[in-house]
Amino acid sequence: MKKKSTFSQRLLIFLLFFFLYAPIIVLIIFSFNSTKSRSVWTGFTFDWYVKLFNNSAILSALYTTLLVSVLAAVIATIAGTFAAVGLFNMKKRPRDILLQINNIPVINADIITGVSLCVLFVFLGKIFNFKLGFGTLLIAHITFNIPYVILSVMPKLRQLDKNLFEAAQDLGCTWMQAFTKVIIPEIRPGIVNGLLMAFTLSVDDFVISYFTAGSVETLSMRIYAMTKKRISPEINAISTILFVTILLLLIIINVRQAQQEKASARKRAEFENR
Amino acid sequence: MSEKLINLENIHKDYGGKVVLDNINLYVRDKEFVTLLGPSGCGKTTTLRIIGGFETPSAGVVYFDGKKINDLPPHKRPVNTVFQRYALFTHMNVYDNIAFGLRIAKVSENVIKDRVTNMLKLINLPDYAKREVSSLSGGEQQRIAIARALVNHPRVLLLDEPLGALDLKLRKEMQRELKSIQQQVGITFVYVTHDQEEALTMSDTIVVMNKGKIQQIGTPVDIYNEPKNAFVADFIGESNILDGVMHKDRLVSFCGKNFDCLDSGFEKDETVDVVVRPEDFEIVPIEDAQLVGTVKSTIFMGVHNEIMVETEDFTWKVHSIYNAEVGDKIGLFLTPDDIHIMHKS
Ligand SMILES: Nc1ncnc2c1ncn2[C@@H]1O[C@H](COP(=O)(O)OP(=O)(O)O)[C@@H](O)[C@H]1O
Ligand SMILES: [Mg+2]
Repeated sequence: MKKKSTFSQRLLIFLLFFFLYAPIIVLIIFSFNSTKSRSVWTGFTFDWYVKLFNNSAILSALYTTLLVSVLAAVIATIAGTFAAVGLFNMKKRPRDILLQINNIPVINADIITGVSLCVLFVFLGKIFNFKLGFGTLLIAHITFNIPYVILSVMPKLRQLDKNLFEAAQDLGCTWMQAFTKVIIPEIRPGIVNGLLMAFTLSVDDFVISYFTAGSVETLSMRIYAMTKKRISPEINAISTILFVTILLLLIIINVRQAQQEKASARKRAEFENR
Repeated sequence: MSEKLINLENIHKDYGGKVVLDNINLYVRDKEFVTLLGPSGCGKTTTLRIIGGFETPSAGVVYFDGKKINDLPPHKRPVNTVFQRYALFTHMNVYDNIAFGLRIAKVSENVIKDRVTNMLKLINLPDYAKREVSSLSGGEQQRIAIARALVNHPRVLLLDEPLGALDLKLRKEMQRELKSIQQQVGITFVYVTHDQEEALTMSDTIVVMNKGKIQQIGTPVDIYNEPKNAFVADFIGESNILDGVMHKDRLVSFCGKNFDCLDSGFEKDETVDVVVRPEDFEIVPIEDAQLVGTVKSTIFMGVHNEIMVETEDFTWKVHSIYNAEVGDKIGLFLTPDDIHIMHKS
């Protein structure tokens, strides 16, 4: 029974990964192709990458993406960390309810988040007289990043000794010192993970940006716009850069998490052994 | 030794209507080792947290050195705490953990170095400065927690079941070590435990608590020999507790017999609790006995045997270096000072 299913299982997994990654691999390969052909390999070149960095529209989109991602990640990390600490100190029932609500944007379709933020911004823009633009884009990114920060900080708070905050106060810390000198350093791994996660999601995002950026353009929006006109291998090049960046970020996050889990498992094992 | 360093007056504490501390009055003298002893949930931790400033009493006054400190936040109180689960800072090494309080107080690094080094010597871990706290055993973490508190030269050290997580052998070792540390540094300890033996061996004064009330305050010897009520008698050491009737001063009856005792001041024919320690019985020939019973069981306990003796009205727990066979009839004898009479509570 077991033996029989292995072959079909393997085939299935192979097909799955093939369809997932084949397009990306083709894209990466053809970003180095020396002619515009997307079917025939004609020789190796870096031309498309060079061209990319002479394209002012792409460079300005890249600048927007980096700026909004850094700002949104930093602001969301600060806000999300405070929110997680606040939630953690609440009574169990309201905390559990709020955590469930926090999860909704995470599992919600991006398009719903995008459209609803767009509607909200347009509505508020009428009242307070502003237009969709970098400001609304930034607010949208902060909004969808915060739940992820909360999700990565919360488990670290749960692992803390319940008297840790009091121990700091006992040793002479004011409320604020206890927070900055003890609690923040103790949960720092979770905060950094949240920051990286938020940055990755922001760089990666297309749908929500599309609905909230107005006339401003992010990198993924630029790529989308380029596909609508005549297709240039520059798209392959920029997509490759984006893909590799996101991939690296995800690998960093996962390695960090795996290391932390190993460390805390070791600690737990030691604690039980003694 | 007579000055009241800490004084709790009429302390009440309730959580949403649930009374946790009910009229606590107690004081702690300078350099004294005071233990709060009682079963789990009786309010020991809450009392300690009120002294530390982590809880405010619902009513009553907390004095420190004669000054009211109800509203003084924890970081301004000249007391330090050793928490039940140690609460060490895992992102710092041992040295930085111990130095933490001094750094907050902006003591110079030279002085800090001296004091931390001395502390590490005091707790017998002189080479541990650079170790990560997560690499330490429970007993070692415990000592670091004590050093981290003591290095600040607090007037009072508060300890909440500090040995609770350690195994029996280590616990005994640490009891001795803690007591010697307290004598070396000469500061006041307020110690919480539910272990009566720990309380008896370490304390100058024991405060026995139950259900949010103080049952008795006294030296270990007083509490053991003169328990004030059946709860204390039962909680401290082992006891036989049964109903009796106090006919007049120094005369009590139980098991259908009259016994001379040393207690007085009860109402005529008041129903009372009679308490007899198992080790106070004398086994005597039947004809000299006050109580005669049948041996139900006997267990060898090391130094003595624990013999359960069934009489008509009560089964007595008797500790004796002599042994008896199950089924034997034996006689028991009590002198007046072996019998303790207590008001029903
Ligand atoms: N924050 C709190 N909220 C509600 N009840 C509490 C709180 N802290 C303690 N209690 C209750 O107060 C009682 C005494 O607790 P505690 O002082 O911790 O007892 P002990 O340390 O003697 O075991 C317990 O019944 C406990 O459930
Ligand atoms: Mg407790």
